[in-house]
Amino acid sequence: MSKLVYLVPLFPLIGFLINGLGRKSLSKSLTGIIGSGVVLASFIVSLLIFNEVRAESTPVIVNLFDFIDVAGLKIPFAFQVDRLSSLFLLVITGVGFLIHLYSTSYMHDEEAPHFARYFSYLNLFVFSMLLLVLGANYLIMFIGWEGVGLCSYLLIGYWFKNTEYGNAARKAFVMNRIGDLGFLLGLFFIIQQFGSLTYLEIFPQAQSAGTAVLTIITLLLFVGATGKSAQIPLYTWLPDAMAGPTPVSALIHAATMVTAGIYMIARSNILYTLAPVSQSVVAIIGLATAILAATIALKQNDIKKVLAYSTVSQLGYMFLGLGVGAYTGAVFHVMTHAFFKALLFLGAGSVIHAMHHEQDIRKMGGLAKKLPITHWTFFIGCVAIAGIPPFSGFFSKDEILVAAYAHNPVLYWIGLGGALMTAFYMFRLYAMTFRGSFRGTHDQEHHLHESPWQMTLPLIVLAVLAAVSGFVGIPELFAPDAHKLNHFLSPVFAASTQLQEAHEITHSTEYMLLGVSIALILAAIAYAWSRFSKNPETGDATGFGKVLVNKWYVDELYDNIISKPLQGLGAVLNKYVEKSGIDGIVNGVGKSVQWGGRQLRLLQSGQVGSYVLWMVLGILLLIVLTLFI
Amino acid sequence: MPINYYVILAMSLFSIGVVGVLTRRNAIIIFMCIELMLNAVNLLLVAFSKMHYANLAGGSATANVGTEAQLFVFFIMVVAAAEVSVGLAIIVMMYRNIHSVDVNFLNRLKH
Repeated sequence: MSKLVYLVPLFPLIGFLINGLGRKSLSKSLTGIIGSGVVLASFIVSLLIFNEVRAESTPVIVNLFDFIDVAGLKIPFAFQVDRLSSLFLLVITGVGFLIHLYSTSYMHDEEAPHFARYFSYLNLFVFSMLLLVLGANYLIMFIGWEGVGLCSYLLIGYWFKNTEYGNAARKAFVMNRIGDLGFLLGLFFIIQQFGSLTYLEIFPQAQSAGTAVLTIITLLLFVGATGKSAQIPLYTWLPDAMAGPTPVSALIHAATMVTAGIYMIARSNILYTLAPVSQSVVAIIGLATAILAATIALKQNDIKKVLAYSTVSQLGYMFLGLGVGAYTGAVFHVMTHAFFKALLFLGAGSVIHAMHHEQDIRKMGGLAKKLPITHWTFFIGCVAIAGIPPFSGFFSKDEILVAAYAHNPVLYWIGLGGALMTAFYMFRLYAMTFRGSFRGTHDQEHHLHESPWQMTLPLIVLAVLAAVSGFVGIPELFAPDAHKLNHFLSPVFAASTQLQEAHEITHSTEYMLLGVSIALILAAIAYAWSRFSKNPETGDATGFGKVLVNKWYVDELYDNIISKPLQGLGAVLNKYVEKSGIDGIVNGVGKSVQWGGRQLRLLQSGQVGSYVLWMVLGILLLIVLTLFI
Repeated sequence: MPINYYVILAMSLFSIGVVGVLTRRNAIIIFMCIELMLNAVNLLLVAFSKMHYANLAGGSATANVGTEAQLFVFFIMVVAAAEVSVGLAIIVMMYRNIHSVDVNFLNRLKH
């Protein structure tokens, strides 16, 4: 079955081609069936592959053809099926299918060609993402990496008639490009150092390479990860990416694409383990992003913006996990986060759908009774992300935080602060949306309705997953040998585990940490709930809150220190170099030729005598030249 | 006679021809001046030829050496005569068209 792995990306590619080429002629229902069906087919194949990989611990390489074979550098177009990639396959195709299904209903108001365009982009995205995780070398990963960036751009700008959305799409693309440059440079360094891009050839040699060169490589790859996975300093595109349709935010900007950076680092774990400096950088950037984004999320009033910043924050936790060497924890959090964040986004989409495209939570409230399924599933999502046992977010976040404590307690306490903020802003969002009384217009209230089954079914499935998926990673503390995910992924991270010094912390410490974090999180939830269900913030924020509402003015800062000087430089160059310099030269050549022509024209008087005179003078000149020079 | 005299004579004739072409406006006189230049060159050709063969013969110039150039000059004259007839015909046509043989009226070349 693993040999048939090429089917997994092939199905979405076919779907993309059919929907993309037939967008003018296909009906909406057919488009929806094709678009979701191909992803479902991929999911089924992924399931079969996953089942096989569970028994097999060595990676299977499926070599399709030679992609590049030049001057000693050989890069095959090959897929690597191992435990890490098969796990990602399941998450991508599984969550992807649910979101496709959801989209058939959510996007139903679109005209047929645009509807088909939407599904073709979505399929292309799934294809690229599968390529990214399946590639057996960095080049295939890079192809997928660029592909998901492109699809993200296309889908953020899906409603391209709105200039603001178009700008958001461009911003996402440019920010990603900056990261991609780092990634590409990292690949060049790898080729220079190892003479190959294939994982199975690089990783065994990694220990023989110097720490300095590994540090450079890993830092450059991490630059790529900060772009794709929205970390400081390249995170500002993700909140703006909420301009796209909500299912897109769920699929691309929460569940899958943004985890590409995590996947890449988890894949290259041995390189990072051998470069402790890079690991510290990853951990610090991750933690800083987690805290910064969490503070911003405290004061946002757009339902999707809150979720977007919470995504950035959760991605920060994943990087923290990677940075402290808890690779399994990071991948675990990727998985649980995919479930509960997709759930939250789809729930938000359901709310937005019911509210007729109103996204401001200050105008919502009291939706619990009107949208019961959305309400309960959203609630489960909130509990899961906040980290209340036994929901999934608790296990994965706890694993990362405990690993951080073992590494350095300071990281733990800061991280816990972020987790408290997460619980607070999620329940602020929940309370302001679903509790209290309705604050929208009378017309909106009249039209409130629960969404159709295509939208609620994914919500229910994701809610179940968000609730129970944590049980694949029960910590040692509660039941010995119950961390199934750890066992499952251990071959992938074996080399790193050997190199890492084990930080054992005693069970009593761990109990204490868990107790403290659960108690504090419950307190934060209770505070947020009581405060915002009774007295929702409807006015504009003042004082420090205003700084948070304006996202610490980071966008303005970037604007002032990067965009404005560059634009100024551009204006100066345009005025002095382009207009008067280059244009001056070009126009000057033209003008001088014209002037010369006007002068030379005077010679052609038509007088035979003058021609003869010139001829004689010319002959005399020639004589003088021959005889005297 | 030394060659210098011939050369000076030929140069004088040629210069007279050139000055005539440059200064006169009457087409017929210009034409005559061209002939003058042509014949100056002819004269020079004959003179150099004679000198050349005299040098080859060791200084004793006899009457029948260097006649090739003189024959060549006759050919040139024949061709020049043909050319003169064409030139004169052009001048006649010019007179018919503009009732003048003044070359300054022929300034339509610049258009």
